[in-house]
Amino acid sequence: MGLTAEQANKASRFRRRWWASSIRFFGLLGFAFIVFAVLLLAFGKNPIKAYADIFSSTLGSTYGFSEILVKMIPLTLTAIAVAVPSRIWLINVGGEGQLYIGALFATWGALTLNSLPPWILLPLISVFGFLGGGLWASISGILRAKGWVSETISTLLLNYVAILLVNFFVFGPWKDPESANYPQTAEFVDAATLPAIGGTRVHMGFIFVLAALTLFYFVLSRTRWGLEMRAIGGNPEAARRSGIPISGYITLLMFIGGGLAGLAGMIEVSAIQGRLRPSLSPGYGFIGFLISWMAGGNPLGIVAAAFLLAVVTAGGDILQMAHGLPGSAVNILNALILFVVLSRQGGKVGVK
Amino acid sequence: MTKSFPGVMANDHVDLEIHSGEVHALLGENGAGKSTLMKILYGFYRADSGEIRLNGRPVQIRSPHDAKRFRIGMVFQDFTLIPAMSVTENIALFLPNLPVVLNKRGMIRRIEEISKRYDLQVDPSASVWRLSVGEKQKVEVLKLLLADAQILILDEPTRSLAPHEVEGLFRVFTHLRRDGYGVVFITHKLKEVLACADRITVMRRGQVTGTLNVSEATEDRLVSLMFGKGISESTRRLGESRQENLPPLLELKQVSTPAEGQATGLKEINLTVLPGEIVGVAGVSGNGQKEVGDVVLGLERCDSGVKYLWGQNATHWSVARIRSSGVAFIPEDPLGMAAVAGLTVEENMALSNIRRYARQGGLSMDWKLVRDDIERSLTLLGFEIPSLNKPVGALSGGNLQRVILAQEMARNPKLILAFYPTRGLDVQSAIAARELFRRSRNTGAGVLLISEDLEELFALSDRLVVLFHGRIAGTGTPHDLTINEVGYLMTGSKGEYGSNR
Repeated sequence: MGLTAEQANKASRFRRRWWASSIRFFGLLGFAFIVFAVLLLAFGKNPIKAYADIFSSTLGSTYGFSEILVKMIPLTLTAIAVAVPSRIWLINVGGEGQLYIGALFATWGALTLNSLPPWILLPLISVFGFLGGGLWASISGILRAKGWVSETISTLLLNYVAILLVNFFVFGPWKDPESANYPQTAEFVDAATLPAIGGTRVHMGFIFVLAALTLFYFVLSRTRWGLEMRAIGGNPEAARRSGIPISGYITLLMFIGGGLAGLAGMIEVSAIQGRLRPSLSPGYGFIGFLISWMAGGNPLGIVAAAFLLAVVTAGGDILQMAHGLPGSAVNILNALILFVVLSRQGGKVGVK
Repeated sequence: MTKSFPGVMANDHVDLEIHSGEVHALLGENGAGKSTLMKILYGFYRADSGEIRLNGRPVQIRSPHDAKRFRIGMVFQDFTLIPAMSVTENIALFLPNLPVVLNKRGMIRRIEEISKRYDLQVDPSASVWRLSVGEKQKVEVLKLLLADAQILILDEPTRSLAPHEVEGLFRVFTHLRRDGYGVVFITHKLKEVLACADRITVMRRGQVTGTLNVSEATEDRLVSLMFGKGISESTRRLGESRQENLPPLLELKQVSTPAEGQATGLKEINLTVLPGEIVGVAGVSGNGQKEVGDVVLGLERCDSGVKYLWGQNATHWSVARIRSSGVAFIPEDPLGMAAVAGLTVEENMALSNIRRYARQGGLSMDWKLVRDDIERSLTLLGFEIPSLNKPVGALSGGNLQRVILAQEMARNPKLILAFYPTRGLDVQSAIAARELFRRSRNTGAGVLLISEDLEELFALSDRLVVLFHGRIAGTGTPHDLTINEVGYLMTGSKGEYGSNR
């Protein structure tokens, strides 16, 4: 079975982009790490030792490595949640809120339908999670499609609403009477828990990740819808004139993006937390945004960037525990990475 | 002077002399290298070799800032004014050595002084967004004069001006010449060159093919310099092919649209296009032509009134439905309106009729069919086939327009909506486009041709409609209207039109 000429051509174009983006990616990264090292020095810490600790504790052991994978699962999903709408230049900053609402919907399913067998309940709460995040993001999508509110603003603000909404349920009606005064729901039944693999905490959620990545790539590069999305992204005016329903795409892509973030929320409550808590996510939605921008929407880039930021996030815990730095110190590194990525993007636009 | 871009020799050992007190026209087809040469002079590009001398001294112009220092100024095709600010503020922004506290009254006085001297009257306190294209151009020229430019470069300054505004611009040139300025203006319109230039330099494929004094220049000579051989377009009108007994392809009845922001609202437009006729729509840009097109395409909703396509009420049809029912759209600015620069020729072609090429409900695309269709269509139109898997943004303007024409004609449209289809096209491509409209008309299709080029409208149209301020100011056939009459209708000076007769 041979590739047709145009498939080969597409593949080679894709490869070139892949190389270009990976070079860009590592260059930027090195820069951010150097700046952060200077900061560590200013704190009186030895940056080489700190980096070595982060490295050995995450990549140096099977356990550490498996924890990276655990973090990568929600990060990849929230990154695709940003990458999908960004194909038509929509900026979804609301991954965090969409993740929370997805978790909320999934929790509702897990708590009320807890007598169902796992092979029905798990797919069902996954759908709920997707729907929750998707509908939440659709609010911003519709507002944008109507031309009323910028999706950047509305997704950002809805983050706070979503988190407060989850707080309302876990402090109020859904609070587990058996867990003293902790703000959390009752624990999920086994049927609503995503099974882990082997003795690690890595769980079946990675299937969603693989599926989402594959679909993302396939739809964009091969299908009619991918072509239409690239047309909107490339020239909305021309797209409008050739009859592509732009406002439909805005709402739909926001829905899909939000849905993926919601799925990440469902995965977190079902596989990791086992119940809904206010401290559901250490900012997965925001880090996902960072990943998507670093990767420039390239699926392999997303995996690589998600891996890196999973290491950085895990490294934050190490810096806190072993070096006595505040836990938020690692946010400085995240912010540095963001700045470098954004400045690079801006430069590109300027040159054009 | 030599400048090459990858794969193209944009300027090949070009020599050009500009004297003070002359109007120098730079004439050539699109892509002949005129703009490149001027951009080198203005410091946008660096020449690969060659030098620029100013008053005999070699100078280095590395940036527009340098150019400004050497008193060279340029008016671009797309103006560089800030719409929200007033004329005075726009001019002030451009001046060198702007004082910290502005002497606004002094500025206004200077603007008025200079504008009177050169026939460039504009209201200094008006906001720029309120100005017409012609007025904005005046502001651009004023800006350069106040900044003490000695050499003024104008890139296709007449492109979107009404006939009387063009005359006004030429008067300005006369005043500037009198005061010793050097004026360079880039164009591809022969008549303008002969009307206002002192000397004419013709470029073809990056080389200067000749420099003439206006007294030695004739249209034929210039054409042969531009193209290497004399070509003339058949202006012969074809016989009647309009079919009045058939139902109209397009009918607008009392259509009005809301006026929002800068858009002109249409007011009670009635318009029909019959099979086998070309209806020309004339008007100075911004008088509702874009809106007429948008209404037909379904991009703009009608406030009131009804739209019929092929005899059916199509007032509420979606853009996709209208397009797939047989409406082709040929825009003035393909990269802005019809093509996605980053996508390839094939991909753009696929987008133009996506239902035809989608397979398995959209899961994959039939690229072979796409390729066959575009190749067949290009061949049928007698165009060369460019490489189909290159991004369309990399094509030259003429090639791009040819691809768009082929793409739209591939669907055998019943109604062709052409927006300034030859604007910015070189002469040969323009002829090909016009030939295409004639051919379509003779095979029973309808064409709605929106253009500012009155000669084109007169040469092609079976009927003419003139728009002014969103209303139909007049209709007629090219036989019972003169170009001047249409010009007056376009500018709303009906009184003059009456008294002139």
